[in-house]
Amino acid sequence: MPEIKLSENTIQLIKNICAEFENKENELINVLHRVQGKLGYLPAEVQEVIAKELNIGVARVYGVVTFYSFFTMIPQGESPISICMGTACYVRGAEQVLAEFKRQLNVDVGESTNDGKFSINCLRCVGACGLAPVVTVGGKVFGRVAPSQVKEIIAEYTQSNSADEAKSA
Amino acid sequence: MTVFKKQVRIALRNCGVIDPEQIEDAIACDAYFALGKCLTTYSPDEVISEIKTSGLRGRGGGGFPTGLKWEITKNVESDQKYVVCNADEGDPGAFMDRSILEGDPHSVLEAMAICGYCIGANTGLIYIRAEYPLAIQRLKIAIKQAEEYGLLGDNILGSGFDFKIEMRYGAGAFVCGEETALIHSMEGLRGEPTVKPPFPSVSGYLGKPTNVNNVETFANIPVIINKGAKWFSRIGTEKSKGTKVFALAGKINNVGLIEVPMGTTLREVVYEIGGGIVNGKKFKSVQTGGPSGGCLTKDFLDTPIDYDNLVAAGSMMGSGGMIVMDEDDCMVSIAKFYLEFTLEESCGKCNPCRIGNKRLHEILTKITEGNGTVEDIERLKVLSDVIKDTSLCGLGQSSPNPVLSTIANFEDEYMAHVKEEKCPAGQCKSLLRYDIVEDLCTGCTLCFRNCPVGAITGERRLPHFIDQSLCIKCGVCFEKCKFDAITLT
Repeated sequence: MPEIKLSENTIQLIKNICAEFENKENELINVLHRVQGKLGYLPAEVQEVIAKELNIGVARVYGVVTFYSFFTMIPQGESPISICMGTACYVRGAEQVLAEFKRQLNVDVGESTNDGKFSINCLRCVGACGLAPVVTVGGKVFGRVAPSQVKEIIAEYTQSNSADEAKSA
Repeated sequence: MTVFKKQVRIALRNCGVIDPEQIEDAIACDAYFALGKCLTTYSPDEVISEIKTSGLRGRGGGGFPTGLKWEITKNVESDQKYVVCNADEGDPGAFMDRSILEGDPHSVLEAMAICGYCIGANTGLIYIRAEYPLAIQRLKIAIKQAEEYGLLGDNILGSGFDFKIEMRYGAGAFVCGEETALIHSMEGLRGEPTVKPPFPSVSGYLGKPTNVNNVETFANIPVIINKGAKWFSRIGTEKSKGTKVFALAGKINNVGLIEVPMGTTLREVVYEIGGGIVNGKKFKSVQTGGPSGGCLTKDFLDTPIDYDNLVAAGSMMGSGGMIVMDEDDCMVSIAKFYLEFTLEESCGKCNPCRIGNKRLHEILTKITEGNGTVEDIERLKVLSDVIKDTSLCGLGQSSPNPVLSTIANFEDEYMAHVKEEKCPAGQCKSLLRYDIVEDLCTGCTLCFRNCPVGAITGERRLPHFIDQSLCIKCGVCFEKCKFDAITLT
């Protein structure tokens, strides 16, 4: 993994978050939630800062980050795609939907596309089993997704991104 | 409508009825009335005795008597105790806790305060999944409003009893539903379970006595106090009282949450409330208890659902997920699917769970790919028993249940995979074979043009041919053919 040089601002941001939780070690998970919310992911360099601030070993931080599936050490795409692999979604064909996303974007689960626009992840049940199979893109939920709709969903985000770019230009 | 006729709503009583962000709405529906009653007229022992008489058992899946748990925690001497609400609903296919927290958060807050009063705790902690942002937001609003009304915080209703509630967030780990793992996670550690005893009632959060109950269990408490233990215990079966919320999903017409009295049969749930199987297909199985449960066949359709009957049938209540499957679902694949889940969620601390489940998964993969033998089925059974007997926590001890119950109930399907190399449900791709019937093929080249891997060859107007070594069994040719010339065996 390439080394990342954290900017002074980022380091300060992490320090501030730790201070908000009074630098207590049993607040580690809350700190990680907050930092990932701001930075999008938790690379090793970030974990080192957190470990120092909370006065615990980096191994302890790394152990927690890798234990919980919510935390990631890889940057997510601009539009992170999550396919629910809960039982209800599975029996209603989530596997085929996932295969179609992988084929269309040409990336595997846990990876991002080269342009950084999309990443694919699987999750276990978003609790919307009545809408199975479920796909979420960013915060938006798509229910009863068929493999044939995958192209459309991807297009929705490629288009809106290029529309935004056109606007800002 | 039959959908509603068979249902009795206790835990879900206010969901969809009140505005969950307005405490006044909840109060108009008797919220905090039970707490007031407890604080002003009952002693902690009287409340505990009422809960014990009601027969309420833990709704998270284990079914431990709630009143007894409270009593044990109460009887431990300590300067500090905690009430914990387990809202780490990780079972895929179950979402009753999310609905209660989003639709009626005050019922849970009130019950936690009652529990605090009984066991002698003044701090409550809600451990909730980070995947439920709306529930988190509504809980925060509810806590704030209850504090403003003096229903939480210091000196509640002038009784001298203090109780505050804080939130703790999960980060996506199924094993954290296990209470010792949950407590470690709240302490900022990896969510690994530890050996019981000591039980959390004796030594839990930060080493202090901790009472852990599930969301749905808490939601039942205020009703029991308001309407009385006798009223509650009249609903249900001899050993399982009250109602249970089930999340009905899968190949069924009416999906969603239902709440039925304990003792309702599967047939009533599937056909009367659920409206039968999608597209009029044949019912095959109901999976209850999630990755820890088992698959029930049509032979169990008339079994009354309660904790003990489900265990006797080789499954378990679990948190209440109910996934209905039809004739197109392959039970070997389903067992493999659950094992994949367990593999990913096993915390890795003890060997039987970490390594044993991996081996189970490998054998199942071998079978679904057509390379299994009859001995493999025996091997699955033996290994499953070892994992059940020797794993440290509930996750490992119950992880082979989907395998054992599918073997017990659908052995013929396993046999078809290993003896005839066929998947009766047509789901295991490696065992499928597409062929072109020469006499029916017109040589229109449609299949040839659509095949993604170039496995089809043939001249225009002449019969085509599928090269089995190249075919990836995607089924495109089968769908495209206008002359039904392609067979699937």
